[in-house]
Amino acid sequence: MPDDGAATDRIIYSAPIGDEVKTTTCYMCACRCGIRVHLKDGRVRYIEGNPDHPVNKGVLCGKGSAGIMTQYSPARLQAPLKRVGPRGSGEYAEISWDEAMEIATGWLKHVRETDPKRLAFFTGRDQSQSLTGFWAAQFGTPNFAAHGGFCSVNMAAGGLYTIGGSFWEFGEPDWEHAKYLMIFGVAEDHDSNPIKTGLAALKKRGAKVVSVNPVRTGYSAVADEWVGIRPGTDGLFVMALIHELIRTDRVDGEFLVRYTNAPWLVVRNPGGADDGLFARDADGKPLAWDRARGAIPAETVDLSPVLVGEFTLPDGRRVQPAFHLMAERYLGAEYAPEAVAERCGLAADRIRRLAAEVADVAFNQPLTLDIPWTDVWGRKHETMVGRPVAFHAMRGISAHSNGFHTCRALHILQMLLGAVDTPGSWRYKSPFPRPIPPGPGPAGKTCAPNTPIAGNLLAFPHGPDDLLVDDAGNPLRIDHSFSWEAPLGLHGMMHSVIGHAEKEDPYRIDTLFMFMANMAWNSAMNPLETIRCLTAQDEDGDYVIPHVIYSDAYFSETVPYADLILPDTTYLERWDAISILDRPIGSSHGPGDAIRQPVVKPDRDVRPFQDVLIELGARLGLPAFVKEDGSPRFKDYPDYIVNHERTPGVGPLAGWRGADGTKKGVGEPNPDQLRRYIENGCFWRHHLSPEESYFKHANATYLANAKAMGMMGNANQVVLQIWSEPLQKFRLAAEGHGAKQPPEHLRERVRSYCDPLPFWYAPLEQQAHDTEPYPLSAVTQRPMAMYHSWGSMNAWLRQIHGSNKLYMSRARAETEGLAQDDWVWVESRNGRVKAQLSLMEGVNRDTVWTWNAIGKRAGAWMLSPGAAEAQRGFLLNHVISEWLPAQTGPRLANADPVTGQAAWYDLRVKVTKCAPEEAGVTDPFPTMLDPPPHMPEPPDMLRYNAGGQKP
Amino acid sequence: MNPAPSIIFFTVASGAGYGLLFWLGLLRPLGQVPQGAGFGAAACGLALVLIMFGLLSSTAHLGRPERAWRALSQWRSSWLSREGVAAVATFAPAGLFFIAMIGGDEGLARPMGLLSAAGAAVTVYCTGMIYASLKPIRQWHHPLVTPGYLLFGAFSGAALLAMLAGFWGQAATPAAIAAVLGALAFALKRAYWASVDATPPVATAESATGLGFIGKVRPLDPPHTETNYLLREMAFRIGRAHAKRLRGIASLAGFAAPTVLLLLALLVGGVPGGILALAAAALALAGLLAERWLMFAEATHTVAIYYGMPERG
Amino acid sequence: MTSLPEPKAGAKKLGLVIDLDTCVGCHACATNCKEWNTSGHMAPLPDRHPYSAGQEGVWFNRVHSYEAGEGEEGRTVHFPRSCLHCETPACVTVCPTGASYKRAEDGIVLVNTDMCIGCQLCAWACPYGAREFDDDAGVMKKCTLCVDRIYNETIPEDRRVPACVSTCPANARHFGDLGDPDSAVSKLVAERGGYELMPELGYKPVNRYLPPRRAPKADAGPAKEASPLPSQITNPLLRWVDKVLSR
Repeated sequence: MPDDGAATDRIIYSAPIGDEVKTTTCYMCACRCGIRVHLKDGRVRYIEGNPDHPVNKGVLCGKGSAGIMTQYSPARLQAPLKRVGPRGSGEYAEISWDEAMEIATGWLKHVRETDPKRLAFFTGRDQSQSLTGFWAAQFGTPNFAAHGGFCSVNMAAGGLYTIGGSFWEFGEPDWEHAKYLMIFGVAEDHDSNPIKTGLAALKKRGAKVVSVNPVRTGYSAVADEWVGIRPGTDGLFVMALIHELIRTDRVDGEFLVRYTNAPWLVVRNPGGADDGLFARDADGKPLAWDRARGAIPAETVDLSPVLVGEFTLPDGRRVQPAFHLMAERYLGAEYAPEAVAERCGLAADRIRRLAAEVADVAFNQPLTLDIPWTDVWGRKHETMVGRPVAFHAMRGISAHSNGFHTCRALHILQMLLGAVDTPGSWRYKSPFPRPIPPGPGPAGKTCAPNTPIAGNLLAFPHGPDDLLVDDAGNPLRIDHSFSWEAPLGLHGMMHSVIGHAEKEDPYRIDTLFMFMANMAWNSAMNPLETIRCLTAQDEDGDYVIPHVIYSDAYFSETVPYADLILPDTTYLERWDAISILDRPIGSSHGPGDAIRQPVVKPDRDVRPFQDVLIELGARLGLPAFVKEDGSPRFKDYPDYIVNHERTPGVGPLAGWRGADGTKKGVGEPNPDQLRRYIENGCFWRHHLSPEESYFKHANATYLANAKAMGMMGNANQVVLQIWSEPLQKFRLAAEGHGAKQPPEHLRERVRSYCDPLPFWYAPLEQQAHDTEPYPLSAVTQRPMAMYHSWGSMNAWLRQIHGSNKLYMSRARAETEGLAQDDWVWVESRNGRVKAQLSLMEGVNRDTVWTWNAIGKRAGAWMLSPGAAEAQRGFLLNHVISEWLPAQTGPRLANADPVTGQAAWYDLRVKVTKCAPEEAGVTDPFPTMLDPPPHMPEPPDMLRYNAGGQKP
Repeated sequence: MNPAPSIIFFTVASGAGYGLLFWLGLLRPLGQVPQGAGFGAAACGLALVLIMFGLLSSTAHLGRPERAWRALSQWRSSWLSREGVAAVATFAPAGLFFIAMIGGDEGLARPMGLLSAAGAAVTVYCTGMIYASLKPIRQWHHPLVTPGYLLFGAFSGAALLAMLAGFWGQAATPAAIAAVLGALAFALKRAYWASVDATPPVATAESATGLGFIGKVRPLDPPHTETNYLLREMAFRIGRAHAKRLRGIASLAGFAAPTVLLLLALLVGGVPGGILALAAAALALAGLLAERWLMFAEATHTVAIYYGMPERG
Repeated sequence: MTSLPEPKAGAKKLGLVIDLDTCVGCHACATNCKEWNTSGHMAPLPDRHPYSAGQEGVWFNRVHSYEAGEGEEGRTVHFPRSCLHCETPACVTVCPTGASYKRAEDGIVLVNTDMCIGCQLCAWACPYGAREFDDDAGVMKKCTLCVDRIYNETIPEDRRVPACVSTCPANARHFGDLGDPDSAVSKLVAERGGYELMPELGYKPVNRYLPPRRAPKADAGPAKEASPLPSQITNPLLRWVDKVLSR
C-alpha cells in the first residue's frame, strides 16, 4: 500500500512567518494603514495589517495585501534617464545620479536666478506636501500644488468654509453610535479600511445605511437603501431634504443658536457695499437680535435670539438673521420635492420619506452619553446629547462643477439636524476643527529672483484682497488658482497647468517639475490633448515647455514626455512622514501621525524623491536647506523629518518631541524621534479625553488643549457658517465694490457662483452646450482592488481588473437595442472612445459608468502590447475636456467656478453600437511606448515564493 | 466540460479494445469466431494495442504522469483508482490469453479468455462510474451513462471483432451481435439525450448563491477579468446548432449506419462481408469519437453558474 | 487515505462563515490569501502571463459580484468563493492516489502535493470550483484553511485565523468550529440564518453564508409637522417668530 496522503503530508505548523518583521505605513493607496512587513532572506514574505494601528486596526484591503507584487514589479525604473530623442519617442540614455542632479540644478538655478515663477512644481498623490510646498516657497515660485484640485478641493473648501472641517479626509461618521448613515457619492478612496470597518460595525448594531449614488457597487452594495440619483443633482436632493425639514419644523433650533451663525444679522442693503455682510459691533463682533435686548454681540452667553424677521439697527441699517435668509431660500418652490424629483431621478414621495426618516432618528431617538463637558461659555453639562444621524460624502459630490455648493448644503443639512460633532453624528478628525477660514490667504503675490516666498502657497482667501491676481484681475499662478476663475482654489488646479503652460497663459514657464502624477494618461482630462501640449513646439522648433523633469518609481505613460527622469523608490524602500502639517492619520479620537521606514533595500540605482528634493534644495542654496556656510542643512529626508522646524517647536512629526521625547505637538527636535516611532509601530497618536470627544467646535477643554498642542492658533469657538461672508465679499466685488474686482468677462460668473448661501445649478459644462444629443451622464469610480494607475503592473491586481467595460442600465440598453458585451462608441462633445458594454440593474437609468484608470497605453508599465489593459481597457478621460465648451472670451477650465475642482463627473455622452468590424479593440489607441533601457524582461511565469515550505 | 482529446481518445480506444477483448474471450470458447492462432493473435493483439494506446493517451491528461502508478492505491473509494486496478489486473489474463492462443494452449486460453472478458467488463464499468459518480455534472451523473459506456464498448468491440472475423470469413456471430448492440446503442443514446434535455439543471444562479430570496440573480463582475482554469475546464459551451448536428452524426454514423452495414455484412458474408464490417467498425469508432466529444462538450458543471454561465439561457 | 474519516460526534469542523451583508467586494481576502499561501504550505501559487495578455494564476479565494432582484429594490452582492471544507467531499473520495484527504482532527480538506498526479478529477467532482490546478507544477492545489497559520505558535493567538479572516476589513469573514453548537460562529449562523451552498448535492459544506439582511423597516411615518401649523399660517417661517430659543 503506498503512503497515505494524510500520513505523509509535510505540514510545518509553526514555521516563523519570516526571519524579520518591520512596521511601516502602507501606500498601496492614500489610506495610510499601518502594516507589518515580514521578510525572509531579504525578500518580502508577507504584509499584514498592524493590529495596533489606529487607522486599520489589523485589517488590510485587497490592494495593501498585494504590496509584494508592487514591490517586485518589472515596471520599476532602474536608473536616472535623460531624453535623447524627441519628446515621446521613448529614446533615453541612462545617466548617473551626479549627472542627473547637475542637469536639474542647472535648469532650476537659471530659473531661480531670473524668474522663479517659471518653475511649475506639481506633485501627484504625494504624501509629503508639507515638504514639497515648503520647498516651492523656498524656491520662490507660487506655482505649486499637489493633486487636490482634481480630487477633493470642493469638499475641502466646502467644509473648511462652513464647519471648519470636512468629509472625506477630515471627518468621519461616529461609527460607534450613529443610528442612521446617509452617504453621498462614496466609493473606494481614502479612507478605505476605516469605512469598511465602520460600515460593518454600524450594520452589526442595526443602524440603517442609505447610499445616494448613481451606481450600486461597493459601499452602496451593502447599504440598506440605495438611492440611485442622477449625477450632479445631489445638491438638489439635499436642498429638498432641507426644504422638508424646515417645512415640517424638524429643525434643531437650540443647536443652530449655540453653534452656528444662524442668529447672526446680515445687512440688507441691495446695491450697497455692505450688503450681505454681517452687522458687527465696534469690536468687529457679529451681532444677533436678542428677544429682549435687540442687537447684541452674537457670542453673548445668555443670548435669546430671534431667528426670523427684519430689524433695524440703531444706525438705521436693515438686517435679517442668517437663518431667515437660509430658510426663505430653501422653502422656495424650486426646492420642493416635487420640483426636484424628475431632475434627480427620484420620486417626490421618496424624498419626503427620507426626510422624515432622518428627522425621526434625529429628533425622536436622540443619543445621550453620560460624559460631562464644558462649553466655550464656561458652562458645565452633565451629558452629551447628540442626534445620531451621520452623513458622509466623497467624490460623487466633489467632482462636479456644482460640488462646492452641494457640499455646503450638506453641511447646512447637518446643522439643521444638530448633527455636527455630536454623539452619533459626523465627527471631526483631529486636527480639525479649524477656524473658518482656517488661516491667512495664500502667499505668492510677489515673487523675485533668488527670494523665497513667505507663507503658505496653498492657503485660505478671506476675500478679494487675498486673491493672486494682477491689477487687471488676471491670474498670477500658471494654474489660475486663487484668481477670479477659482477664488477658493485651495488645492491648486493641476488639471489646467499643462494646458495653460502650452498657451503661455498668463506667461511662459521654463521648467515643469512633476512627481508621481500620470498626467500623460489617466490623471489628465483629455490625455491626448495633454500629450500634444507636452510636445508642442514654438516657431523656432523649441518646446513651448522647455524642460520637463519627472520623478516616478515606475514606467508610467508620463515618463516618455520628460526630459529628465529621476527614478523614485517604492513605498517599502523609503522614509516618509505622514505629517500633521499635511494629511495626518488623526481620527475623531485624537490626533496622530505616522512614518514610513525602509524595510527593503532598493536593488536599483534609484533614490527617494524626498531625498533628491532636499539635495536639490541644498544645491540651489534655498535658505531653509543650507546652513550659514552654504553646506547642506539636511543629510537626507529622515534628517529633515526630525530636525526641520516650520515654526519654533513645530516640525513634520508631532510625537515624541522635545529633547527627551516627552512633548506632544510642540517641542524642540528630538534626535531619537524616529526610533521612538519605529518602536511604536511607526505611528504616534494622542487620545482625546472623553470630555473633549464631541462638540469640539465649542468644547472649551478640547479647544484649549488643541491650542496647547499647536493644532489651533487660538481657543475660540468655531462658529459654523451657514451664511458665508467670504463668498459674499467676492460677490460684492463682482457687483462693483472695492478695489479688486473681477475682469468683465468673469463679473457675472463671480456674482452668480459666489453666493453666500448654497444653491443648485446645472453643471457648467451642461449649461454651456446642447446636451440633447448626449442624453447620458458618464462617471467613473475606482475599483476597490486598484489605485489609480498603480495596479496594472501588479501581477495579482491586474488579474482582478485587467480590462474595464462600460456599465449601463439593462432597461435602458434594451430600449436602445444594445446587448451585453456589445462594442460601443461613447461619444461626447469632446470626442469618442470605444468600449465594451456590460448591463446591470443597479445604475441610474440616465447614467453610464466604468472603472477608473484600468486602460493602459500599449507598452507602458512593462505590459506586453497585447495586454488586456491596452486592448480592451479604456479611459473615459479621452472624452472629457479640460475646458468648458467654446465661448467668447478666454477659455475656462471645466471646473467648479468657486474652487477650480476638476468637474470629471459633469460629462454627458451618447452610446451607439460599433460597426461589426470595429469590435474587439479600444480606440483611441495611441502608438506603443518603448521601455527605457535596461528594464528587466518580464517573466512569462511567476512563481513567487519567499521561503515557502514546498518550493 | 472541456472535451480534452486525450480523454476522448482514451475512452473510445480502450472501450473498443475492452469490448473486443470481451467478445473474443467469450465467443472463442463457444466456437463463434475463428479458432486459429492467427486470428486470436490479431484480435487479442488489436485489443491490447487499443487498450494500451488508450491508457497512454490518458496519461497525457495528467499533470504528473510519472506518478501515475500512485493511482492504483485508492480502489476502496475512487472509481478512477478502481479503473486503474481493473485495467492493470486485466492485463495478466489478457497477456496469458494472447500467449496461450499463439501457443495453441487451449486449456489456458479458454479460462484466460473468460477472465479477460470479465476484466474488460469490470474495467469499462469502472470507467463509466468515474463519470456517473460526479454529481456536479448532471449529464454524467445519469443512470444511462455507465450502461452507455458498457454498451458502446461492447458494440465497438463487437464491430471490430466482426471486421477481423470477416477477414477469416466467419463474421456471422460477431456481426449479428454488433448489429443488435448498434441498434441498442442507438436507442440508448437517443433515450439519454431525450432524458438530459428534459431534466432541469442541478442548480441555478439563485440556488447556487442562495440569493434567490431577493430575486433573479445575475452576474455583475467576475472575480478576474481574464479566463482561468475553472472556466476553461468546466465552462466549455457548445452552440445548439452545432450540438444538434453532432448528435445526428454520432447517432447516424456511429450507431445507425454501422448497424445497417453489419446487417448487410451478415447477408453477403465472406470477404465482402468483412469489408462491410470494416467500414462498420471504422464508422462506429469515428461516431463514438463524436459521441464522446459531445459527452464532454454538452456536459455542464455547476461551477459555471458562479461565472454567470447557466447551462441554458 | 481518500476514504473519509469516520464521522465522530462532537468532532471539530473548522470552517468559515461569510457575511454577504457586509462584504463590500474589496478582494482583500483574495489577495491576502494569495500572498500568504504563495509562500506557505502549498507554495507557490503561480501566475501565468503575469505581465502580458491572458494573465491568470492560482487563487484560493475568488470574489464574484452579483445583482439580485430588479431595479432599486434589488441588491448588489459580493460573493467570495473558496473551499467549503465539506463533510462529505467527493473531491476526496474520487482521488485515485490518496493525495486528497480530509483530516479527522479538524475536518480540513487538503492535498498532499507530493502525491498528486494531476488527474484533476477532484476539480470535476467539486461543485463549487474550489480546486485550483497548478499547471506549472502539474498538481492540484486548494485552500488549506491556512493550516500553517491557525496552529502556528509563532503567531499571536488572536491572529491564528486564516489570512482571509484576519485581513477582512468589513468583518465579513469569521472562522471557528462549526461542529460545536456553542461556538461563536455556530451562534452567528443560528442568529443570522446562515445557509449552505447547494445543499441538494449532499456534500454537506461546513462553511456557511450569512444572507444580506432585509432593509430595516423605516419606522418614520409619513412626514408630519412637529408642531402642526395653525391653518391660517401658510408660511412655515412665521412659526419661528415667536419661538423662544436660548443657548
